[in-house]
Amino acid sequence: MLEFMTILIIKTLVAFVVALLIVAYSTWIERKVLGHVQLRHGPRRVGYHGLLQPIADGVKGFFKEELIPDNADKPIFILAPIISIGAAVTLVAIVPFGDTVTIMGREITLYLTNPDVGLLLVLGISTIGSYGGILGGWSSGNKYGVIGGLRGAAQMISYELSLALAVIAVVMVSGSLSLVDIVHSQAGLWNIVKQPFAFVLFIICGLAELNRTPFDMPEAEAELACGFNVEYSSMKFALFFMAEYCHMFVFAALVTTLFLGGWHGPIIDGPHWFFLKTFFMIFFCVWERSTFPRLRYDQVMSFGWKILLPFGLLNILLTGLWMLIFNI
Amino acid sequence: MGDKDYILNISDRRPEGKYITPILKGLAYTLKNFFTKPITIKYPTERREVSDRWRGLHRLKVDDQGKLNCVACGLCAKICPPQAITIVPYEDAGGTRYPKEFVIDELRCIFCGFCQEACPKDAIELTKVYDFVDYQREDFIFDIEKLKNPEKYIFAGK
Repeated sequence: MLEFMTILIIKTLVAFVVALLIVAYSTWIERKVLGHVQLRHGPRRVGYHGLLQPIADGVKGFFKEELIPDNADKPIFILAPIISIGAAVTLVAIVPFGDTVTIMGREITLYLTNPDVGLLLVLGISTIGSYGGILGGWSSGNKYGVIGGLRGAAQMISYELSLALAVIAVVMVSGSLSLVDIVHSQAGLWNIVKQPFAFVLFIICGLAELNRTPFDMPEAEAELACGFNVEYSSMKFALFFMAEYCHMFVFAALVTTLFLGGWHGPIIDGPHWFFLKTFFMIFFCVWERSTFPRLRYDQVMSFGWKILLPFGLLNILLTGLWMLIFNI
Repeated sequence: MGDKDYILNISDRRPEGKYITPILKGLAYTLKNFFTKPITIKYPTERREVSDRWRGLHRLKVDDQGKLNCVACGLCAKICPPQAITIVPYEDAGGTRYPKEFVIDELRCIFCGFCQEACPKDAIELTKVYDFVDYQREDFIFDIEKLKNPEKYIFAGK
């Protein structure tokens, strides 16, 4: 029991630190890639090619002044970033980084937990994470905050559905809700080949869930002056920011797990493959952000309900038919 | 004339049924840019080459013996639109005139270059130094010593 606890605590610490490092450095990747796409250099001054920039940003965040508006709902205002980051970091626990490895004669699994309903847990907790943004916008006593929060809520409801539909198709093919089993089922053929439409659907809805650029309705710098986090400053803002990037990492990890075969791959080790694919997905998130302009709010809604939802349903139907006919 | 003539039909803006190719084209364009060399320069270490006619900080020219060309005629001070130049002339026993004080307030200066054009002795010129920075207003009041060597004040970063 003691041994089990020790291993669990060490694994938790390692996963936590790795997740936070990835979160910190995805901000660096974001700024660097965005810079190069716009024919700029991006951060260069702090450390070699700006590699210490995330740390400098973090230090700056701690020293900034903390402001709480007079007409803010104080308890909820403080609670919102905690919900946001809490949910985002909790999701890391379910990400399977790799298969079992043997260290000092012990079989150690490279994931913290493997709940049977892993996927449901992911969907549920990521929805709770969206509450952070909604409550934060609502409680800050600012009109932009409220509009940002409401948009976040509407977008979350519309795109969560299609996201779940995309996931259902994967579950049908893999026959399990556990993320580890889903990866195991992709040993021969990745799900992206079996379910290309679900892949596209998942990426679109995932980006909407992440509030990334074509769908960054809650933030919308130009129209809402940063939306739900207008009134947040200092580390509270940084927590929202970290939560967003943590969600991005989890999204990338989920795409890797559900569609790109997780830790499967030739030549190099499992975890290496996992991180390679995950970083490719993070790069993709930044890449598409630099490409697409923000959609109009009503367009986002009609796209979600009129196109993605029927598309998801149709995909499930076709998957079912295909499985019925070929008796899989 | 019906109402419809005033309303721009948005669906006409894109060719029917084209969603995928524009998206892929956009992604390809940004990816191409990502692998292109950035066109910005790393400023304090790399500097932009400015025109030969650039009008930056002033320099008082000196001759072979290290003496100022200036004879303190006061034409530059007279023509200077913001009156940034102050000259205190001095004449020694042999009748040679030179400026005892030659002060340019670089905060008042508009870098028009009239002083350079007005000078009959080719004693003052505008250099290419364009990024002088300092902390105090007094630091921008350049006396003869500072004006002799404005290149010393190029911003070097940090």
